[in-house]
Amino acid sequence: MTLLQSRSDRATRAAANLEHSSPEERRRRRRVRLILTVLGLACLLAAVAYLTYDVRGSWDYAMDLRTRQVGSLLVVGAAVGASSLVFQTIAGSRILTPSVMGFDALYLLVQTIIVFFFGSATFLMMGVAERFLINAGALVVFGMLLFRWLFGRNSRNLLVLVLVGIVIGSLFNSLTSLASRVLSPNDFLTLQDVMFATFNTVDGDLLWIVAVVCVVGLLALVPLLRYLDVVDLGYDSAIALGLPYHRVVTLTLAVVTLLVAVSTALVGPMLFLGLIVANLARQVVPSHRHTDLVLGSVFVGILATVGGQFVVGHLMDNATTLSVVVNLVGGIYFILLLMRTVRL
Amino acid sequence: MRAVHLWVATGVLLVGSYLSLGIGAASSVGVADLFPPTADEWHILATSRIPRLAAVLLAGASLSVAGLIMQRITANRFVSPSTSGTVEAAVLGILIATMLFSSTSLVVKMLIAIVTAIAGTIVFLQMLQRIQHREGIVVALVGLMYGGVLAAITTFVAYQRDMVQYLDIWTTGSFSGILEGRYEPLYIVLVVGVIGYLFADRFTVIGMGESFATNLGLNYQRILYIGLIVVSVMAAVVVVVVGAIPFLGLIVPNVVTLLLGDNVKKVLPLTALAGAGFVLACDVVGRTAIHPYELPVATIAGGIGGVVFIWLILRSAKGASV
Repeated sequence: MTLLQSRSDRATRAAANLEHSSPEERRRRRRVRLILTVLGLACLLAAVAYLTYDVRGSWDYAMDLRTRQVGSLLVVGAAVGASSLVFQTIAGSRILTPSVMGFDALYLLVQTIIVFFFGSATFLMMGVAERFLINAGALVVFGMLLFRWLFGRNSRNLLVLVLVGIVIGSLFNSLTSLASRVLSPNDFLTLQDVMFATFNTVDGDLLWIVAVVCVVGLLALVPLLRYLDVVDLGYDSAIALGLPYHRVVTLTLAVVTLLVAVSTALVGPMLFLGLIVANLARQVVPSHRHTDLVLGSVFVGILATVGGQFVVGHLMDNATTLSVVVNLVGGIYFILLLMRTVRL
Repeated sequence: MRAVHLWVATGVLLVGSYLSLGIGAASSVGVADLFPPTADEWHILATSRIPRLAAVLLAGASLSVAGLIMQRITANRFVSPSTSGTVEAAVLGILIATMLFSSTSLVVKMLIAIVTAIAGTIVFLQMLQRIQHREGIVVALVGLMYGGVLAAITTFVAYQRDMVQYLDIWTTGSFSGILEGRYEPLYIVLVVGVIGYLFADRFTVIGMGESFATNLGLNYQRILYIGLIVVSVMAAVVVVVVGAIPFLGLIVPNVVTLLLGDNVKKVLPLTALAGAGFVLACDVVGRTAIHPYELPVATIAGGIGGVVFIWLILRSAKGASV
């Protein structure tokens, strides 16, 4: 292990030396760093703007409420940004994100099953944290099963995967609506509450748990990032270079599932957020290193959620919801991607 | 051979239809009372159950035929009104109609829905022309996404007018509201269906491409628009009266052509019968599963349809003809 470690350290140092030898490469690195800094500052600015814009009445009350909102937006933006970008790399495709592959639909189904079996009374009596843990736990388990099944079966034909994912999504929707008809009206109301993404009311304790889980997840991703640079080259090249391909992919998939599960369980589903964020990040950050890309994607994700909610909530006075806007913009973007790209 | 299929299918459908009249919330009228019904029983049959049966058969047949025609025009197996934005455009049209004129008659709603459905389908066909990959699966994806975008616009508008709950009526097809006097516009699909049947072969020809069709002496644009109108009218009328039934127009024509081949003129009547039978079966399940309550037909058809659709996708991915 230590041998491997030192060898890989040496390899990194060699790579770093190689990079510094070329002035062009150095310029590029500087540009990437500059872009990342600007993105980070923009995130900070958006968060401050969200907190302080047009506060009327009690400052304390507004701060308390808005800190929680910004907190959840930050967590969701970062989790969705990082997980979607990494997922794209594993899938080897720019149009695949966890949500597009049916994860959101899975969330709805899990909610329905929980309410169906426990009933809304137990569901509501459970503490927020317990409910969240059951929720996220079920999502992680089912999510791993779904992804393993999808990747195992037709790993060569990605379009088939997407289409199957989407149809499974609509199948889950049918099952959800079936269960919701059979449920009592009380149970259904409880269910409806959790089915739509909302940032307005987030429990403080819950936010802490989610934030911790997300940070742990993001940190767990860090040592994997260098391997992902190699995974990006494709299965054959990665194996030829001596990468433990399946272990890296499984580990990454586990982290991705965890991140998506907790962020979805916190605010509800937003189908196209990851797709927009990850692709934007790839366009904005001119780098192929996942350390840069994932950081960029985290920032773009935060900008999208905090900035988007700022526009929808503050400027448009809640005339619509962020998830509707995301679905609208994201859907059009997805169609353009599908129509334009020759290699998907 | 084909004639035998047709007669058997018709016979099965007729018997099934008659027996389905014995199912309903009023348990005083059961299957046994159908031979023959008394005056009271006849009242229930005439105001509720026969209209419902007619609506089921018409909706099932017309959506399936619309799917078949669309698949022929685009020469693509994975295209249908519910997977290419036609249905979603119709729902948007109904919403607009309801917003513009607060007390709209069914006919006005229907006209506006037909117009938006045609417009929505034209946009889809335009996108189809510009697409890089013409394989079935990409087209299906683009169509589903396009429908999703239209649905998001509809939700966006409805949200601001507090009308999101209304949308459910049209996005989730159900026959529970069908009574005498509330479904008759559905008969329009019969007229349109006959037109579709007369043009069936020409639809196949224009599916082979503009230059090929022109070479054979067809007016490509005109046939294309006739097909468009036939499909859009069928879909819009069903959405206005019953609501959307997911995947129906996709799976029924696919399964029928898998079994019986590609000749549209011969397959079209059977597709109509099979679609009617499928929806009837779904509706009977929906009515009996939690009797005396009901499950909407869209939920059951969506569940079964989703499974069949996935089977079709995996089948075509394995290399069978798309």
